[in-house]
Amino acid sequence: MTEPAATPIVVIRNLCKSFSGVPALDNCQFELFAGEVHALMGENGAGKSTLMKVLSGVYAKDSGEILFDGRPVTIASPRAAQDLGIHIVHQELNLMNHLSAAQNIFIGREPRQAFGLFLDEETLNQNARRIFERMHLHLDPRTIVGELTVARQQMVEIAKALSFDSRVLIMDEPTAALNSTETAELFRIIRQLKVQGVGIVYISHKMDELKQISDRVTVMRDGQYIATVPTATTPVDTIIGMMVGRQLANTEHEIPDTSHNDIVLEVKGLQRGSAIRDVNFHVRRGEILGLAGLMGAGRTEVARAVFGADPIDAGEIRVRGVRVSIRSPADAVANGIGYLSEDRKQFGLATGLSVESNIVLPSVRSFLSLGILVNEPAIHATADRYVRQLNIKTPSVLQLVRLLSGGNQQKIVIAKWLLRDCDILFFDEPTRGIDVGAKSEIYKLLNSLADQGKAIVMISSELPEILRMSHRILVMCEGRITGEVAAREASQEKIMQLATQRESLLEA
Amino acid sequence: MDDASTPLLRGKASAGRSGVGAAIKAKFFAPATRQKLLAFGSLLALLVFFSVASPNFMQTDNLVSILQATAVNGVLAIACTFVIITAGIDLSVGTLMTFCAVMAGVFLTFWGLPIYAGVLAAIFFGMLCGFTSGVLIAKLKIPPFIATLGMMMLLKGLSLVISGTKPIYFNDTPEFSMISQDSLIGYIFPSLPIPNAVLILFLVAILAAIVLNKTIIGRYTFALGSNEEAVRLSGVNADFWKIVVYSVSGGICGIAGLLIASRLNSAQPALGQGYELDAIAAVVIGGTSLSGGTGTILGTIIGAFIMSVLTNGLRILSVAQEWQTVVTGVIIILAVYTDILRRRKR
Repeated sequence: MTEPAATPIVVIRNLCKSFSGVPALDNCQFELFAGEVHALMGENGAGKSTLMKVLSGVYAKDSGEILFDGRPVTIASPRAAQDLGIHIVHQELNLMNHLSAAQNIFIGREPRQAFGLFLDEETLNQNARRIFERMHLHLDPRTIVGELTVARQQMVEIAKALSFDSRVLIMDEPTAALNSTETAELFRIIRQLKVQGVGIVYISHKMDELKQISDRVTVMRDGQYIATVPTATTPVDTIIGMMVGRQLANTEHEIPDTSHNDIVLEVKGLQRGSAIRDVNFHVRRGEILGLAGLMGAGRTEVARAVFGADPIDAGEIRVRGVRVSIRSPADAVANGIGYLSEDRKQFGLATGLSVESNIVLPSVRSFLSLGILVNEPAIHATADRYVRQLNIKTPSVLQLVRLLSGGNQQKIVIAKWLLRDCDILFFDEPTRGIDVGAKSEIYKLLNSLADQGKAIVMISSELPEILRMSHRILVMCEGRITGEVAAREASQEKIMQLATQRESLLEA
Repeated sequence: MDDASTPLLRGKASAGRSGVGAAIKAKFFAPATRQKLLAFGSLLALLVFFSVASPNFMQTDNLVSILQATAVNGVLAIACTFVIITAGIDLSVGTLMTFCAVMAGVFLTFWGLPIYAGVLAAIFFGMLCGFTSGVLIAKLKIPPFIATLGMMMLLKGLSLVISGTKPIYFNDTPEFSMISQDSLIGYIFPSLPIPNAVLILFLVAILAAIVLNKTIIGRYTFALGSNEEAVRLSGVNADFWKIVVYSVSGGICGIAGLLIASRLNSAQPALGQGYELDAIAAVVIGGTSLSGGTGTILGTIIGAFIMSVLTNGLRILSVAQEWQTVVTGVIIILAVYTDILRRRKR
């Protein structure tokens, strides 16, 4: 820390926030000094972004205290945060792509002339140019933002933050979409701001970055404050340890040996822009392959590419040893590959339709008599069979799907693909938004599917879930597979190290 | 209408040679410019085609009648341009136009008020209805398509109720018809009897272009269409500005109402439905994207002219009315498809 001021700019005490009864933040603490880069770390869902959204006025706190310059404040809106000098650069950039850089920076504060009605573009561009100069950034303020690279768009967001004379700048995973040169430029600008006395909150998963740029680290886990430590003197594995918690997952489930089964799906050299970089893997019959990694690591992208939902640049897919060409989800399904989206409501289910309609949706053609008439009794009987087999709790197969719980909805998606004879199943975050009881049922179901010889790829951001379910674990980071871990050798630490690309830690 | 020249000059002063080149390139090959060029090229091609195909096409009388025919649709299309740039839609512009005409009739014929009161009334009620749509959309969060569909039917009904389902004639105020039909230009250049309606169309277009490109209203119109959430998170009162945009659009519909009432020398309460689709078609042909964030008034005007040149030219070639409609449909689909192709390439 460079010359810590007497009082911190921001102090957060005992902050709580819950969303429809589910606590997201529980008694959180945080403090930030002027000229400090303070990293905020934690797994996905640890509450980092939520905490910062409370500080920047996007969410209202339930209870707790925020001190700004030592005075208690209520930050009711993004505007209120701006007035205090708190500005956030969101993970998903919030820019107007059709407007110029300068227009974006000063949106809502346009310099005007002639009775306040007309815009003064000249002053606008000059003001923007001045900020860019302060950042030593070479950028024409009149450039349309949509034509800039993501890195440059990020710079525009930062410039916007600076234009408020921000005293606190929050950056939520700013390097997620940047390459190393761009990251270096960002760090240069951050160091400059530091010298100018701006307090910076830096949310990131990348350990090496934190070592480079941050002064202190605050670790959060499950919505709770764990600890704040100086970056320079704390070993990285201590920080990882705090992030994952030392409690080991209870491994009551016995992992079957599937390492000699037939390979049913093999993917070679899969490539798609910068999202998927040379991904190779295989799945065996009866195997549950865990795909771990942080958000944005490219896991969903891999699943979607194999399923034919997104076009690929290169790569080979073999099903049971035969090379197949998958250009669309229809091709994938024809080859027995099913994909259960992480977002059931958007991609997996027609929630306004009945349970039976959803179950037979992809297979309705096999329920036609005379090639055109829908055989209602057969559909009814089949849907009924799956409802009983998967233990879907619904009053009848005619119930609307949206009236069922998340766990039961998930089972309906599973039933749908089982009926379609899919024996290679991609589960993308199968237990997201499902309560604990339903979770264990989904786990049971996955295990029994594997026992029946289905090949399963399970994407999950919850490490305990990955550790508990997988027979073998692949870890992804930035579009690449960074490692493979056998189930019995896996630990949360090991996976986190691979997911944050800290392989050197293995020796530490 | 489009300030292509000013930033270039400024660029020369500050950014040096290469900067200017890049700026010209960016400006010239910007997708919006290309679409406008395409639309303008199509308009020229149509003009050339029809003049070759029929000697009657390039006659002053015919050209004046094309201009005349574009006035109402052009003004409505300008109104729609604002809303469509915000990624909204307004289906009520046609019946709103009629409603404003009827209100002018109420003020002038029923109440015997002076002409300016009728003019102000039409514009005022236009803004009021636009404001109402804006509130429904921004505050009550009713999707624009539904909110303005409701307004469309509501206003159609109101027009019929207020007028007693009969046309309101402006026989007591003969000057009213001069608003649209007289020709100021004709006084100055007797060989060019261009009716005032056309003059008003261009005046509205110029004003609208200034509002869109030079004022705070225009800035937020584009910003809302580009990324409404970003506007909100920037601390701007997005709902307020959306209501402003719909009000401005409504006011412009009021002007269209005056034009049509003055042209017909009556407010025809049953008229109006269907005009909104012609207006939206003109906007789309002119290169304004229905997904918001881009669009120009110049493009919209070109789009409106393409439609009326097409109708006029086909009529002169004695193509049956029903086939004219078919051709218009094909043109709309082609225009939107080229827009999609263009975007896919990026």
